[in-house]
Amino acid sequence: MSGAPVVDVKGLWTVYGDLVVHRDLDFSVMPGEVVSLVGGSGSGKTTLLRQILGLERPHRGSIRVFGVPLHTCDPGLFKKIRKRWGVLFQHGALYSALSVFDNIALPLRELHAFDADFIRDIVMVKLDAVGMDKRHASTMPADLSGGMIKRVALARALVLEPELVFLDEPTAGLDPDRSEAFVKLVRDLHIKLNFTVVMATHDLDTMVSVSDRIAVLADQKVVVCGRLDEVVRYDHPFIRDFFLGERGRRALSAAPALQTN
Amino acid sequence: MQQTASKPVRDPDVQVTAAGDGAHVIHLSGAWDIRALESRGRTLQSALRDAARSTDADWDLTQIQRFDHIGAMLVWRTWGRCRPSRLQLKREHEIFFGACESAAAVASSPAAPDRFPLLLALGRGVWAVTGHVLEMLQLFGQLLIDAATVVRQPLLRPWREFSAAIYKIGAQALGITALVGFLIGVVLSYLSAEQLRLVGADVFIVNILGIGIVRELGPVVCSILVAGRSGSAITAQLGVMRVTEELDALSVMGISNTLRLILPKMAAIAVALPLLVLWTSGVALVGGAVSAKAELGMSFFQFFSALPAAVPEVNLWLGVGKAVVFGVLIALIACHFGLRIQPNTESLAAGTTRSVVTSITAVIVADAIIAVIFSDVGWS
Repeated sequence: MSGAPVVDVKGLWTVYGDLVVHRDLDFSVMPGEVVSLVGGSGSGKTTLLRQILGLERPHRGSIRVFGVPLHTCDPGLFKKIRKRWGVLFQHGALYSALSVFDNIALPLRELHAFDADFIRDIVMVKLDAVGMDKRHASTMPADLSGGMIKRVALARALVLEPELVFLDEPTAGLDPDRSEAFVKLVRDLHIKLNFTVVMATHDLDTMVSVSDRIAVLADQKVVVCGRLDEVVRYDHPFIRDFFLGERGRRALSAAPALQTN
Repeated sequence: MQQTASKPVRDPDVQVTAAGDGAHVIHLSGAWDIRALESRGRTLQSALRDAARSTDADWDLTQIQRFDHIGAMLVWRTWGRCRPSRLQLKREHEIFFGACESAAAVASSPAAPDRFPLLLALGRGVWAVTGHVLEMLQLFGQLLIDAATVVRQPLLRPWREFSAAIYKIGAQALGITALVGFLIGVVLSYLSAEQLRLVGADVFIVNILGIGIVRELGPVVCSILVAGRSGSAITAQLGVMRVTEELDALSVMGISNTLRLILPKMAAIAVALPLLVLWTSGVALVGGAVSAKAELGMSFFQFFSALPAAVPEVNLWLGVGKAVVFGVLIALIACHFGLRIQPNTESLAAGTTRSVVTSITAVIVADAIIAVIFSDVGWS
């Protein structure tokens, strides 16, 4: 947990017409951390995530990933960076025309470095790692349940052994049981493989159980970014509503970080 | 991913040294992760295979600086998918081989090849076509029942959908059909005029253009345009509604898909296409007249006053009647393929393509059949 930040956002402005989404926003993630981004609807979580992924350009400010300024570096370098991260989209974004197997194999095939037999073995390892039965390898995404789609999408995000993983609402649309299992899976993989995780989420239980740090997005910036107990102690109307409402207190009562205090 | 911060990361390397008792020790060192192997995978694979020739080798993997599943799998496969008896390994690298072991790729045996591929393909083709025809008949039957319902319960009439469809299929196609019609008229007239001048039969240009355009070209060209333009739109729209479960949402509200979505479209095409055909044929005749004036010096008055005598009225009704049949065919095929689309992008693309190709083919086949049936009708 030392060294230069993996993601470093400085002085970020996002403006759509008259609407200011981010005003001079700073945000950074250190290697090996799990950082959750929380914020109300429309607070710009997804926009921030998309900007860090290079899908959108900020109006002003710099975004560095692995120390490289994303929006000004040369395209070849950017392409290399893109192979070092994995993204789990909110709805999975599996390629609907490809089977589960081909979805996971696609990034590997794109490298043109390994033969088909080798790729098959790797895909099987990844399917096994996310707890999917091999019988589902030839299934089409349309025939999978919501939980399985997330698992396959996670396997695809992890297939290139990323150092940085983005999770956009990883538990949205899953029932509590499934979402707990999925969070446990992410946590186990994180402990085993030691990648860095940036996660946008609404789900308090998820956040409490896996995050090292929580960044709260409100008033167009990150108002506080720290451990759970630091965040809860920060005085801000959004934090009061979100963490200290009834639902929040219930989730927090299960949090080990607060019990030790 | 596992990083040893103190030492600089070296390239992956394989070295074989002889141990005291004549056995070999294989040392792997450096970075064995995907980013290092991406460019050197194949050379390292063969290096590993060469090194692993001697069966009772010692494996020393403690010098590996970075490791991941990809590197582990490369080594694992060299071992023949089981651990060698003598192996030294960093503890944190253990999990990668654990993953390889637990996945223990049960190679799914590929399906046995078919014995009569051609016969099988033919059978499948016939089966598929039969299925399509039967389903289309069923859809047509359902539409007739819906039409009867609409007549009995006028309140159910989906007028809004009907008028919207008329506007989209008919009014918005006026420009493109006029352009195509005019150009076809010009070209046909120009080519015929060249030939007719040779035999001095200039006046027959009116007969050729009149019969050709009113009876054949107008209806067929216009229908092909509508099949490509509106047929594909209908298929894609129904397909996307299937993907987004809108069709199911309608069903659970007790609103009939065929009555609300398909019947108005079919009715709209059946009404709009004959009108479009009249429009296209008219513009094509104007194009022909323009060209005839330029090529043969025939005045517009001369051209259009000779037209009624050269082209009996029944040809016009034949063209319009054909358009109604073509319209129903296009709508039926477009809706049929739209409803069959599966919720994925590939199926949407394939369904739309098939819909357009099938409806254009159907229009031309139907035109040929009608031409044979009415071969005795409409000559002056």
